[in-house]
Order: sequence, then structure tokens, then C-alpha cells
Amino acid sequence: MRHSTRLPLYITIVTFFVAYAACIFQFPNMLSSRVVANLLTDNAFLGITAVGMTFVILSGGIDLSVGSVIAFTGVFLAVILRDTSIHPLAAFAIVLVITTVFGAAMGAIIYYLEMPPFIVTLAGMFLMRGLAYVLSTESVPITHEFYGWLQSLYWKAPGGGRFRITGLLMVLSFVAAAIALHRTRFGRNVYALGGSAQTAQLMGVPCARTTISIYAVSGGLAGLAGIVYSLYTSAGYSLATVGTELDAIAAVVIGGTLLSGGSGFVAGTFFGIMIMGLIQTYIVFDGTLSSWWTKIVIGGLLFTFIMLQKGLAWATTARIPRANVSAARS
Amino acid sequence: MIRATIRRILPQLVILALVLGLNFAMFPGFFHLEMHNGRLFGNIIDVLNRGAPVALLSVGMTLVIATRGIDLSVGAVMAITGAVAASVVTEGGSWIMALLAALGAGALCGIWNGFLVAVLRIQPIVATLVLMVAGRGIAQLLTKGAILTFNDPGLIRLGGGTILSVPTPIWIWVTLAVVVGLVVRRTALGLLIEATGINERSARLAGINAKVLLIAVYLVTGLCAALAGIVVTGDIRGADANNAGLWMELDAILAVVIGGNSLLGGRFSITASLLGALIIQSVNSAILLSGMPVEFNLVIKAIIIIAILVIQSPRVKHSIYLLRASSGPVLARRAVAAKGAVGEDHP
Repeated sequence: MRHSTRLPLYITIVTFFVAYAACIFQFPNMLSSRVVANLLTDNAFLGITAVGMTFVILSGGIDLSVGSVIAFTGVFLAVILRDTSIHPLAAFAIVLVITTVFGAAMGAIIYYLEMPPFIVTLAGMFLMRGLAYVLSTESVPITHEFYGWLQSLYWKAPGGGRFRITGLLMVLSFVAAAIALHRTRFGRNVYALGGSAQTAQLMGVPCARTTISIYAVSGGLAGLAGIVYSLYTSAGYSLATVGTELDAIAAVVIGGTLLSGGSGFVAGTFFGIMIMGLIQTYIVFDGTLSSWWTKIVIGGLLFTFIMLQKGLAWATTARIPRANVSAARS
Repeated sequence: MIRATIRRILPQLVILALVLGLNFAMFPGFFHLEMHNGRLFGNIIDVLNRGAPVALLSVGMTLVIATRGIDLSVGAVMAITGAVAASVVTEGGSWIMALLAALGAGALCGIWNGFLVAVLRIQPIVATLVLMVAGRGIAQLLTKGAILTFNDPGLIRLGGGTILSVPTPIWIWVTLAVVVGLVVRRTALGLLIEATGINERSARLAGINAKVLLIAVYLVTGLCAALAGIVVTGDIRGADANNAGLWMELDAILAVVIGGNSLLGGRFSITASLLGALIIQSVNSAILLSGMPVEFNLVIKAIIIIAILVIQSPRVKHSIYLLRASSGPVLARRAVAAKGAVGEDHP
């Protein structure tokens, strides 16, 4: 049983390395620390978002608001740094509090009003995008020297790859999420809630606290992703990152997490993000393929991984009766 | 029968009346109708006309949600069918051919979704996510990333013309709603859909061919999306693979939910969903007419939607029910007694 739940994770990891090897075979230049560093830097904000999405999906929910939260964070930072003399670090703290409270509020509505997460976070998506518009409809540049300093922090690897602080932040959030999910009581509760909310309730899992915390984590991480995105683009724009929630959900599914909840690993999400980044890198290297092939290939990958999950589920359920029979005989 | 229907859609009617009243309060000429060059003009016609794509989508979405499913791909299907229709016309085909080709493409998309859900047993939200992500790519592939413009008068009339001085999109969505409504309510089909949504296993055991039913429901949704795609394409006289139907699936789902249909499947009302679509469009129109800065549109829309949803949430409904029961115990007892009496008359 344990074996079969880990199999999708292994397959995702193998897929990534096989795909990377195939890319290198075609374009030997792709084997460089530059490509690896760019994979981490370019996908940092998406990766951090996907970490939060993994929590939500593991618990059987969904969070459609993350793309708007990222845009709101970017605009909020840009406007507050333009109009006040507040230090960026303080601005980061304020925005993280806002997004975390926003996530927690959505979690509270979902739990206490018994409304489907899909609809609640959809309304949240409209609200955050709307607030971003209210702050500014134009792209606001960020020119604080602290931003320049943060952007100048990188470790230059042999081969010319620049590993930036944002990539590090993404890797750290994956590690922290893995620890939280597999080594803490909160993590157990998340899995229990995703397996079956009713069973979790009967077993004494604090469902209210867990649900609210999960959406707070997702909101807070989307805020962090917004900070990373604003560092990446040096601007805040209310129309940015439209549809990021779909990319994050796709990465989680490709990473082998069941959308019905209760089964999956945050490490899979990391490789899901890397596979999606690899497709984009390949298209850039190729130069003749159009950007829409990204969408078609990601759609195809989604389908393949879902079918894989289905196949595994069939295989395990087919094995259960036989196991029962043998247990009865002995 | 009629009284039951009215009681079912009463909350939506009240909300719609409130929003329209708000429109009227801000803009007294709201209900004014005028004829210009054989075409009816007026804000209320505008609401009905602009609401057409979401109304069309919400018909199919209601059925899918009644089966406990969801279809995230309708926006992408709109983009695909629009691209198909535009490319048929630009390559010299007639508008009827374009219409048939677009409907065929929509049906194909619907069957694909239905196949994933009914035969491969994939969760609907994931199954339709595949086409939602890939569909827009396919549409861009068809239009080669550009906006395909055309001048075919037939196709333009479907999106921007009039029949008997009423805009064609209104005719299209009203006709579709009446046809689908009659088919599901005058036959047992609607009942079978509800049964499948409440408990698919027991529906299957009761002899319902749930597999075919599910595929048919997604097929109908695909056809609705195709019609919506044609209306949008005809209206702007071009197929825009990037923006046609973008986030329209969310508006359609919202219309169904505002219509009081449960996302957990079961009983459904197409009329209520259509009222939901009109409520969304009236909110949009109210925000425009209020003269508020456009930046506030989305925030206000979000707040109104949250308010409507909170009022309709099961927990709040239940507490309102309890409040009523505790404030009018005599009435409640009388109602119980009356029910008991009816029960005795018709055992």
C-alpha cells in the first residue's frame, strides 16, 4: 500500500530526469548550471504558490485565489514603497500578515458556513484582483535600493549560473513544507482531513483549526510568492499572474497528488514545477515552436499523470480482494 | 407544479428585482425601450444581450453540476469553437457550415470530457482541467496565434444581428433554454440526471445507464459552449483565441450557484441558473451605470457575490429557519398540524 502511494512520486522524478536527459541529448548546451539556476529563479514564485496549493489539495480543497493574491501583493508593495518611506522589510511583514489573514478568513468561511472551497476562493480571487485594481491600474515600478541589494545577492556557480535568493527561498519553503507535512501533528491532520473529513472529525482532528490554518498557509505562501514575483520583475502590476492558480494546480497534479485529497507529497510538486519549467526552457531552446505548445503539452502531461494515478488505483483495488481471500485462508 | 417552481426561484427573483431596482434608482431611464432602424435599444435589452454567453453556458453547466460534476473547460471550448467557425468562414465556407463545424467541435470536446468522467472515471474537476489548459493552446494553434477576422454577414448576424428587432443572441439563449428545459422536464431525463447526481451507484442499480447519461450531459455542455463561442465570435467579428471566453467558466459556475443549485449535485433548476446569469449581468450593468471608477468594479462584484452566497449558504439558511421557528412557535405548530392533516387525507 505504502509502495503504491509513493509510486507516482517516483514516476514524476524519473520523468523529470528522463526528459532533462532527452533535452540535453538534443541541445547539449542545456547541461549547464545556467539552465538549472534559471529553472529555479524563473519558477520561484510559482513553486512557492504550489507549496501552499499542495497543502490545500491534500486536505481535499482548492484555492483559486492565489494568482490574484500574488498580483495584489506586488501592487501593494510597489504602491507602499512609492508613497511612503517605510522599509521594504516592514512592507513585506505587513503584506504577509494581510495575505495570511485573508487566507484564514476564506478558511473560516469554508468551514463555518459549509460552503464549497471552489466558490469561496473564486469570490476571493475576484476580491483580491479587484483590490489590486483599486490600488493601481498601471504598472508601478519599484526602485528602492534594498530591492537592488536583494537582487544583487547571488551565488555564481561554475559555468555561469546565478543561484539567486528567490530560488533559495523556494527550495526552503519546499523543505519546510515537507517537514510540516510529515513530521508534525498539523501535517497528519491535513492528510486526515483530505482522506475523509467525517472520519477526521470523529477521530478528534480539530477540523476548524486545521481548515483555517491550511488556507492561511496557502494565503501566506501566495503573499511570499508575490514578494518573490515583485523582486523578479521589480514592479507591481494588477494584471500580472492571471491564471497562476491553474499552473500551480497542474504542477501539484503532475507531482502525483490526488485532487480528491489525502494522498501525495510536496516533493512531487517540486518536480512537477521543474517539469513545467523544463518544457518552457525546451521551447526557448528550440526557437521554432510557438508558445501555445506549452499549454498543449502541459494538458497532455496532466492527462498522462491522471491516467497513471487511475491505473495505480485500479491495480491496488484489484489486489485487495485477493489479499482478503488469502488472509481468510490463513 | 407552477407554484412549486415559483417558490423554488423566489430568492433569485427577489435578488434580481433588487439589483434591477438599484439600476433603476441610479439611472431612471433603465427600463426605457426605443426602436432605431428596426432594432430595439435599451439598457434592459443590453443586459439580456450581454448576458447571452453566460446564460448559454449556465444551461449546460446546470446539468453537469446536477450530476455532481463540473466543467472547467467551457471557456476554452468557446475559444476552440470560435476559432473553428472563423477559420471555416475565412476559407470560403458558408456561415451554416461554420455553425455546423463549430457545433461539431463543441460536441467533440464534450464527448471527450464525458469519456474521461464516465468511462475513465476521472474526477470531473480534473478531467475538464485537462481541456481547460490544453484547449486554449489548441485554439491558438487553429488561429496561428493571431486574431482571425472575417466579414461573413451570416456569422456576424448570429452575434450582432437582430431577428424581429430583438438581438439574435437573446433568441439563441432563450430558445436553447426552452428546448433543454422541455426535454429534461417533460421527459424523465431530468429526474434521471438528478438521481445520478444524488447517488450514482444506486442510480445505476435502479437501471439508469449513468455512463451514457453523463456523456450526454457533457455533450450538451459542449454544444452550449459552442453556441456561446459563436455568439462571442460573431459579436467581435473575429476569433480571439487568447481572450474569447476567458474566465467565462467561472461566471457560468457562479450563475448556477447563485441560482441556488448545490455543487454537490441533485436537484436543479435551469430557470434559476438563468436568473443567476441575469443577476451577474445586472450587477455588471449597475456598476457601470453607477459611474463609480472602473477600478472598483471587481471589488463591488466580489462583495455582492459573497453577500448572495453567504445568504444562500446552508448554515445561514438553517439559522434563519431556526430563528423563524423559535419566533413563531404557534405558526410552526399549526403548519405541522396542517401537514399531518394532509398526510392523513392522502396516506
